[in-house]
Amino acid sequence: MSDQLVLLPVIVPLLGAGLCLVFGRSAPAQRVISVTVLLAVVATAAVLLVRADRYGPTTVTVAAWPADIGINLVADRLSALMLLVSTFVTLCVLLYSFGQGIVEFGRESPLSVFHPTFLVLSAGVSNAFLAGDLFNLFVGFEILLAASYVLITLGGTDARIRAGTIYIVVSLLSSALFLIAIACVYAATGTVSLAALPDRLADLPDSVQLLLQLLLLTTFCIKAAVFPLSAWLPDSYPTAPAPVTAVFAGLLTKVGVYAIIRVQTLLFPDSPLNDLLLWAAILTMVIGILGAVAQSDLKRVLSFTLVSHIGFMLFGVALSDPMGLTGAVFYIAHHITVQTTLFLVVGLIEYREGTTNTDRLGGLARKAPILAMMFFVPAMNLAGIPPLSGFLGKLALIRGGVGDGTGLAYAAVAAALATSLLTLYALAKVWSRAFWQPVEDNDVDTEEPVKRGGSLHGRAGVATKTAVESSWQRVVHEQRLPPSMALPTLALVLASTALTVAAGPLFAFTERAATELHQRTPYVESVLGGEAP
Amino acid sequence: MTVNLALLAAIAVLVACGVTLVLERSLTRILVGFVLLGNGVNLLFVVASGEPGRPPIVNLGDGPMSDPLPQAMALTAIVITLGTTAFGLALAYRAWQLTGHDDVQDDLEDDLIRRRAELDHTSSTFDESDDELPDEEGSDADDEAKEVLP
Repeated sequence: MSDQLVLLPVIVPLLGAGLCLVFGRSAPAQRVISVTVLLAVVATAAVLLVRADRYGPTTVTVAAWPADIGINLVADRLSALMLLVSTFVTLCVLLYSFGQGIVEFGRESPLSVFHPTFLVLSAGVSNAFLAGDLFNLFVGFEILLAASYVLITLGGTDARIRAGTIYIVVSLLSSALFLIAIACVYAATGTVSLAALPDRLADLPDSVQLLLQLLLLTTFCIKAAVFPLSAWLPDSYPTAPAPVTAVFAGLLTKVGVYAIIRVQTLLFPDSPLNDLLLWAAILTMVIGILGAVAQSDLKRVLSFTLVSHIGFMLFGVALSDPMGLTGAVFYIAHHITVQTTLFLVVGLIEYREGTTNTDRLGGLARKAPILAMMFFVPAMNLAGIPPLSGFLGKLALIRGGVGDGTGLAYAAVAAALATSLLTLYALAKVWSRAFWQPVEDNDVDTEEPVKRGGSLHGRAGVATKTAVESSWQRVVHEQRLPPSMALPTLALVLASTALTVAAGPLFAFTERAATELHQRTPYVESVLGGEAP
Repeated sequence: MTVNLALLAAIAVLVACGVTLVLERSLTRILVGFVLLGNGVNLLFVVASGEPGRPPIVNLGDGPMSDPLPQAMALTAIVITLGTTAFGLALAYRAWQLTGHDDVQDDLEDDLIRRRAELDHTSSTFDESDDELPDEEGSDADDEAKEVLP
């Protein structure tokens, strides 16, 4: 009976979304519902985590179909950890959005859509983490993507429609690719169950296996924004409202990384593509961070570091040994919290100063010292300054890379180190400009570039012009930040720092999770009921 | 497994047309492209469900029935395509309301970088005295290079 707990993280947010729509006219009711729902999911995820750690994976077979045909939801250590971290972060972002929601949208607004959509997004993420078969994973992706389409175009302004269109077209393409992959997997093996697949895939000829693996990996690499397929991300994320960007940055790419981990460890353990993945990891790390160095807008810098740090996780996965996987899982948990925190802090900066462009920001360290600390700690954490958790995650990955011992692994270690340094450089640059540069001389030749851009580049230029101009209308709010926005951010800052304090137990846990992934039998036996190889 | 050639050809045509349309600029065309692509993929599921001509319902014929699972998947995919297409059309309409067209626009970043490159000029410490010197050897080439620069 208690196994049915696995269903709650998917069902409860969906029911909550329905209730939110029913109470669409009452903002307080919507808030109570969505907070209650997410609190319940966080509690469920915590219970699942403890259960998965003590008793192994929990499986629910929906409607009692045979396990290789029916829909399974499985919570093993990896899923449960992802679920707990992601729902906790979602809850904090939801609380944050209350503060911003009132100010930004007023009374009669798209606010009534925001809560249900946000809950649907949470349900989709949970479903993707818990899915026990490829098709359910696809459905989870589609649920969260459909919700994200609504959130990224919230309010329907010019800039958001422009950015949203690109995001949606890319997502649709990856969905179509995923469907093709699923059809091919089913045609080749007769099942899409993640537990039944390892056995049946092993019987296939190598070339067919390779084709299927490539199809699946390409799909997930688009979702996770791995280098050659990452160009959509830095363009589409920054225009969305701060809470939306924060939750997207924290969760959506990680769902892609999670899917890559599943496919690589469970379905294709001795894959010939690990070298290719390592190359992709190296390129993602280096090229992503070079993009971040070139930016002057805080949100864009963070979007590029997001792409870059996906490379770290991929590095760990591509090593395909327990040490690398441990590092990757630890890094995901660390990165979800830190990246979300940073985007929320930048949201606070935008709220206070009306812009996130470091050319126009300045002197924030004196004007808002607490805000400065709230930016500084996660920023250093992201860059991997000892003793923070980012450093520990990177250390684990580098140890994994050195332990692997091949030339390519050493190249990846070098790339990881260089990327850490460049991350520090990019973040130190925006830190000193936004927080320390004198306020007076920060309005450098503002008129000219827009005129030239507008006249020279036709349509794209006009879009740029409007986007830039709208960001110029500096809506400076009162100097004190509303506690409803600041407190959830502070909670996340503390949580991301607490990961450092709790690094010992967490690392031991991710180690156990990685071993479980590497063995594969616990997962397979939990679903197929012991009849597995 | 023998595969129906007609089905395969239909899939190929649908997917090819879909991909061609997706490469267009107009969002409406892209959406039509995705509908074609989606239908091609749905047919792929029908191919995946095994030999053609089997009965779709239990105990209808003598042989084994046709595999219902891919059909269920295709149905789910059709529903999802319907939803996203509807959303995409709304998006195209909104873009048309705002800008008078529904073209997918360029990456903002590309434009910013292009503009930054245009604004780029030599630093104040750069020694430009060479330019003032009259006719020396090779100065023609220098002049030409200068004209190319904005």
